[in-house]
Amino acid sequence: MSKAINIVKSTAVPLNIENIDTDQIIPARFLKATSREGFGKNLFRDWRYINDDENQPKKDFVLNNPSYKGKILVVARNFGCGSSREHAAWAIKDYGFDVVVSSFFADIFKNNALNNFLLPVTVSEDFLQKLFAAIESDPNTEIEVSLENQSIRFNGNEEKFEINSYKKTCLLNGYDDIDYLLSMKHEIEAFEESRP
Amino acid sequence: MSAKTLFEKIWEKHIVKQIEDGPAVLYIDKHFIHEVTSPQAFKGLEQRGLKVLRPQQVVATADHNVPTLNQHLPIRDELSRKQVQQLIKNCAKHDIELYGLGHPFQGIVHVIGPELGITQPGMTIVCGDSHTSTHGAFGAIAFGIGTSEVEMVLATQCLMQSKPRLMRINVEGQLNKGVVSKDIILYIISQISASGATGYFVEYAGSAIRSLSMEARMTICNMSIEMGARGGMIAPDQVTFDYLKGRLFAPGNSLWDKKVEAWKQLYTDEGAKFDKEIFIDAAKIEPMITYGTNPGMGIGVNGTIPKESEIDEKEKPSFLKSLNYMGLEPGTKIKGKKVDYVFIGSCTNSRIEDLRMVASFVKGKKKAKDVEVWIVPGSKQVESQAREEGIDKIFAEAGFQLRQPGCSACLGMNEDKIPAGKYCISTSNRNFEGRQGPNARTFLASPLTAAVAAITGEVADVREWL
Ligand code: SF4
Repeated sequence: MSKAINIVKSTAVPLNIENIDTDQIIPARFLKATSREGFGKNLFRDWRYINDDENQPKKDFVLNNPSYKGKILVVARNFGCGSSREHAAWAIKDYGFDVVVSSFFADIFKNNALNNFLLPVTVSEDFLQKLFAAIESDPNTEIEVSLENQSIRFNGNEEKFEINSYKKTCLLNGYDDIDYLLSMKHEIEAFEESRP
Repeated sequence: MSAKTLFEKIWEKHIVKQIEDGPAVLYIDKHFIHEVTSPQAFKGLEQRGLKVLRPQQVVATADHNVPTLNQHLPIRDELSRKQVQQLIKNCAKHDIELYGLGHPFQGIVHVIGPELGITQPGMTIVCGDSHTSTHGAFGAIAFGIGTSEVEMVLATQCLMQSKPRLMRINVEGQLNKGVVSKDIILYIISQISASGATGYFVEYAGSAIRSLSMEARMTICNMSIEMGARGGMIAPDQVTFDYLKGRLFAPGNSLWDKKVEAWKQLYTDEGAKFDKEIFIDAAKIEPMITYGTNPGMGIGVNGTIPKESEIDEKEKPSFLKSLNYMGLEPGTKIKGKKVDYVFIGSCTNSRIEDLRMVASFVKGKKKAKDVEVWIVPGSKQVESQAREEGIDKIFAEAGFQLRQPGCSACLGMNEDKIPAGKYCISTSNRNFEGRQGPNARTFLASPLTAAVAAITGEVADVREWL
């Protein structure tokens, strides 16, 4: 997996539906795999195809609309709620997205995304609605996300987003939490010894 | 010393290190794993050449993907079988205790942890499963994690976590007849919405919560995630201690009194601060049912689905999409709606008390003709207890199928799927699109409300039967 992430400049795919849960992002029947790869082709599976048939794409679903493409997925509030399945983040990343923009993310999804170098960008509801309107009126609208500056821009609109500085450093440099935790081995052992 | 919440007391005792302007390194006492969210974690571990740091703090079971009939035979579905075999291999290789198929302790991970006494007050507990919040009923910090985090805990017994905001939900007063703990939590979620507690860790308090049994408390904490919360918890009390005493992995006699003394300190101090506090009047709660495709879309069984005009402009598309999926009309009643399937199971409501509740209602009655009723116990132990008590016979006479333990139709990962377009009244926790099978339609309700539907073949008000 290529890791470090900073500036993403791309058109976007808009999915203006609230409360999208991880069962929609990747239905449970695709969780039988024992590796992390290949989930992209089943991303939003049941919204994409009629009767689970790849020869029958649902024409009105945005991933099947050739006008919309890019590395940025824009979604309505409370995205990624429900099941903790990390497969949801794997599927989005594997499909080719590097950034997801919403006004509100579910907690576990946000963690899972960060752990997979998929950048969740939280913007105000206002900004999000403007962004949806812009992409829907012109699918070629270019969006620029800069992690370094914590900013997202399109058509002269700009907003800053929050990310804690530890996570930011990890993403910019391609560090995993696990590397950090492994480096703490002695402190963890000392902590265990100090407990009653 | 400043006043502390229950959450803070446990949290602070588990911090190995606090990173400035960042997360804490949090020590994890117990780690539950299952076949679906662990294989990639073990693979990651092996790619890094690491071992499991504290195998004796990890407990495994097979639940999500297992059949609920003929569990003694090899699993028919090839991918499911491979996944379960992978778990067996990983546990053997890393010295992890596995309660797999055929083991007398096998069952849904959130049912077996408590019933074996592994889950205890004051612990930090994680599992690659969002309903890990269930264990919070014992006064533990318990929450679901992703597979990368499963890998971190296997490798280091720690996680990087930011302290969540804290919310207290107080439920005061007496519950009405026919109203049970599932109704309390469905009511709370309908009030604050499916995202109303995102970013928060919730403590449930108040006289109505105190009056509940341990199993009823687990039902409430279980669904905390359904309003977006990281987890839910209830301060331990005599009910907790009585439940735990004598269980297999609970502290033995020599340690017991000392442990209970320590557990008694686990409560929120007078004057401790919450970021948000909510008050609920227990007397207002009716038997609940959901009409939509997220758990926040709930109403009293006698209630009316909101009209389009009552919905916020911005939420209208999602609302209409949801009702369209469910085949329901805005502004109509659900009561009287035909159901095709009744599913009594899942980590929300598959414990022995749930089965007893259903049995005492259906005793001597028969299921409606066109309804299929599946009772899926939460664990092997629940199943054998039900047989010992003769509950299996009551179900058989009523025409219900008592199956073998697993997650089953809660997520439809095995063969237990609700067919497209069919209505299922379910005691599980999620009514998402396709959750119980592609295009299946789910009504979430309590075991009592599900039991009435099994008998009448439609959504009915249990209070008319009591
Ligand atoms: S019963 Fe359902 S909610 Fe509970 S652990 Fe299994 S799949 Fe998850």
